[in-house]
Amino acid sequence: MEIAQGVQFVVFIILSVLMISTALGVVLLDNIVDSAFLLGGVFMSISGLYLLLNADFVAAAQILIYVGAINVLILFAIMLVNKTEVFKTVKGRVLRQVSTALVCGGLFALLSTMVLATPWQLSDVSPAVIDNTILTIGQHFFSDFLLPFEVVSVLLLMAMVGAIILARRDLIPESQQTEVYTTSLTLPEKPRDLISTSNDQ
Amino acid sequence: MEIQLQYFLLLAAALFCIGIYGLVTSRNAVRVLMSIELLLNAVNINLMGFSNYLDPDEIKGQIFTIFVITIAAAEAAVGLAIILAIYRNRDTIDMEKFNLLKWYYTVNNE
Repeated sequence: MEIAQGVQFVVFIILSVLMISTALGVVLLDNIVDSAFLLGGVFMSISGLYLLLNADFVAAAQILIYVGAINVLILFAIMLVNKTEVFKTVKGRVLRQVSTALVCGGLFALLSTMVLATPWQLSDVSPAVIDNTILTIGQHFFSDFLLPFEVVSVLLLMAMVGAIILARRDLIPESQQTEVYTTSLTLPEKPRDLISTSNDQ
Repeated sequence: MEIQLQYFLLLAAALFCIGIYGLVTSRNAVRVLMSIELLLNAVNINLMGFSNYLDPDEIKGQIFTIFVITIAAAEAAVGLAIILAIYRNRDTIDMEKFNLLKWYYTVNNE
């Protein structure tokens, strides 16, 4: 990348502060909708970090798939299970949170000492040796990563069908007899009684 | 000031720890899924850092990242469908009440 080192460093600092703060917001905020929008912020700043790592295609794919698909899916799920319930207090919850925080801090200390102590075998080649990353990624996909590429497409199909089957409403057994025509494509479903939202109470 | 591989690895470790904390402590089932996305993204940052600094002429780490992104999309769809199904069954999204497989099963008295 043709940006000066100092600029890159400042951008890196800004992106990492943004990423860590939004990730903490995702985990710690009370309102789940705020968390979902902050999750989009995490994904956007990670995409900026990918740009710093000379990966333009993966940065674009990150925005398209994570912000455009997964984040929207999570927002839809929040709307579908939109029930503001007051969680009953559970005994020993503060103790659990404190011990989890301790374990996570210990894990971070362990990982960071490992990262700083390991002599990484850095490559001598300049990181920006590849001019067009899309070409290289495509060549990898259709030569040495062809089998995983095809398997992943089957996996996506399976996940789509599985999600539809799981999220369908329950079958009513008697309705199958009463219907005149039943093809394999007819999916009788139990009509669902509406759950009152928080505003209706 | 030059950005080094260690900075990215430390950042990924921090994101991973935040994700683990959220995975264990959150009570809303949708937030658990969000924490899993955070974990997957931490791993992706690691892979991209290694791809850029250790293997810059063959960028295989980027291929791995694309596979991880794909599988994360499938996982999110199936996970949200499971949450929807269990919400219909038990009429709650509180993780503390999903205790059907607990070794001492306590009936939730509402």
